[in-house]
Amino acid sequence: MILFKRKTFIFLTFVTSLIFSAQSHALLEIEITQGVESAFPIAIMPITGDAPIAATLIESVVYANLHRSGFFSIVDKQFYPQQGKIEQVDYDRWRNNGIEALLTMNVAAAGADQYRVEFELYDLVRKKRALGHGINTKKNLMRKVAHKISDVVFESITGVKGAFSTRIAYVSELREAKNNKKFILQIADADGFNPRTVYASPKQLMSPAWSPDGRRLAYVSFENERSEIFVQDLSSGTRSKLSSAPGINSAPAWSPDGSYLAMTLSSGGNPDIYIMEVGSRKLRKLTNHHGIDTEPAWSPDGRFILFTSNRSGAPQIYQIAFGGGTPKRLTFEGNYNAAPTVSADGKYVSMVHNSGQGYRIGILDLQRNTFRLLTDGNLDEGPSFAPNGSMIIYSTHHNNSTVLSAVSADGRVRQRLRLQEGKVREPAWSPFR
Amino acid sequence: MTKHYLSFITIVLVLLVAGCSSNNTKPDDGAMAGDEIEDGAPIDLAEDGTSSGLDEEGAVILDPLDDPASELFVRTIYFDYDSADIREDSLDTIREHGKYLSSNPDRLVRLEGHADERGTREYNLALGESRAKTVRDVLLLEGAQEAQIELVSFGEERPAVEGTDESALQLNRRVEIVY
Repeated sequence: MILFKRKTFIFLTFVTSLIFSAQSHALLEIEITQGVESAFPIAIMPITGDAPIAATLIESVVYANLHRSGFFSIVDKQFYPQQGKIEQVDYDRWRNNGIEALLTMNVAAAGADQYRVEFELYDLVRKKRALGHGINTKKNLMRKVAHKISDVVFESITGVKGAFSTRIAYVSELREAKNNKKFILQIADADGFNPRTVYASPKQLMSPAWSPDGRRLAYVSFENERSEIFVQDLSSGTRSKLSSAPGINSAPAWSPDGSYLAMTLSSGGNPDIYIMEVGSRKLRKLTNHHGIDTEPAWSPDGRFILFTSNRSGAPQIYQIAFGGGTPKRLTFEGNYNAAPTVSADGKYVSMVHNSGQGYRIGILDLQRNTFRLLTDGNLDEGPSFAPNGSMIIYSTHHNNSTVLSAVSADGRVRQRLRLQEGKVREPAWSPFR
Repeated sequence: MTKHYLSFITIVLVLLVAGCSSNNTKPDDGAMAGDEIEDGAPIDLAEDGTSSGLDEEGAVILDPLDDPASELFVRTIYFDYDSADIREDSLDTIREHGKYLSSNPDRLVRLEGHADERGTREYNLALGESRAKTVRDVLLLEGAQEAQIELVSFGEERPAVEGTDESALQLNRRVEIVY
């Protein structure tokens, strides 16, 4: 249920660099790329309570989450008509400042490593409390709590499920010594924190893909000096080789129901898209062209597979029915469109695009058939949609290295994730669960 | 993929023409590869997996692969951006390797295809394989057998050099011929 009615609201006064003045986010670099006139103006009261360390953490995580989504403009605290702990919301004064929602949070110490976090969201337009919750928690779960608060607030205001509690998988490349590299498949929270290693190898790793239940990752490993597809269970760590046909074995992508994997194999003489039934490992050749077909991505209903093909002479994105047939070309702008990722509602395709300015992340609106660029880097790669379609994570060059960035699906807000060690690339956003 | 097909035809034509006037082979300097051959245990003159050295009876084997003046000594073939077409200046080198494989049917070779870092990683993995395949096609035309040739692509995963300038990118768009 959407409690907040979204309105067009011109909100220029409080925007600009003030937005982040009160925050200290050394690890998060946020870049407002365009005006935020149409973003939803929300106030986040300084968190109250008697547990200052936990409080600072929660507030900064919620702040960064809501801001990064691109849906909100977080009004600077100097414009808040009420300060401190609010007993009674003075709706009229808040509305006079053009603010549409108010989030208050309190964290109280409740014994050894026990905390109670409470938050309330007020609809300032309708002059009512929209929701409120209390959560008992521990110190090491504080980020999780902050992500949950962000999810609840996000969903209440936008009507779209929040994706802040989800995870990302990615590959890090570390240089250990001269000519000695290490490749690590990692999983972290959606904001880049709490990384953990899934698999580490002295040989290259590529193309992590989440199973739709979020329990397994398929990926490509060169541990046997060639590309092979492995699948690994995340809780047990058990891994098994899924495909090692002659030639290329790569680009795994799970079907939405988890019963198939689309992949690229070149055992037939050149790279084509194949569909593997996960249970039986039975293969079916889906595309058949002597050019390069690769990078399959499923439509959310499982009826279509999008893929990259250079059959027209340069890489472009095509779509083919699950049962096969004649592929339909989807991209016509630019001379390089590759690595499609489809939004959960099936309406948008994001990809790597180049029309002479560099490799950038673009988005295609399939219904309106309009295309726009979301980033302005030279070597932006590996786009992956958040499960709610609100953001796209990708890798970008930064200071002679490769880092992950998230961009809101409207291109308005870009944020570099917490700077990880080494070169970080090939992000894959997890499903909700 | 008409392009690939055309480039293949081009290669065939160039080979036919070049075959008529092929007197550009390098002077046969014979035993240039290894410096000194000492008494005692067999030594490997080349460090790159070729077979010059001393055989079991102590006789000196000189493999033309180890002649620094030979086209066979060139083991890296470079490519244009997003292209698997053989450049004209690489053709002689690949042909010599093809002839060598043809006259040494027990020798095996691995063609490792690579791409520069531009573009997507999966597409580049496929592109690396395409490059290795066009090199293989020339080897086959010169009489090498399919069974002698192994293809592998590393895409952009194993750059020869780090860096993003054009000279680095060029050095990374390659096929390495590994005996």
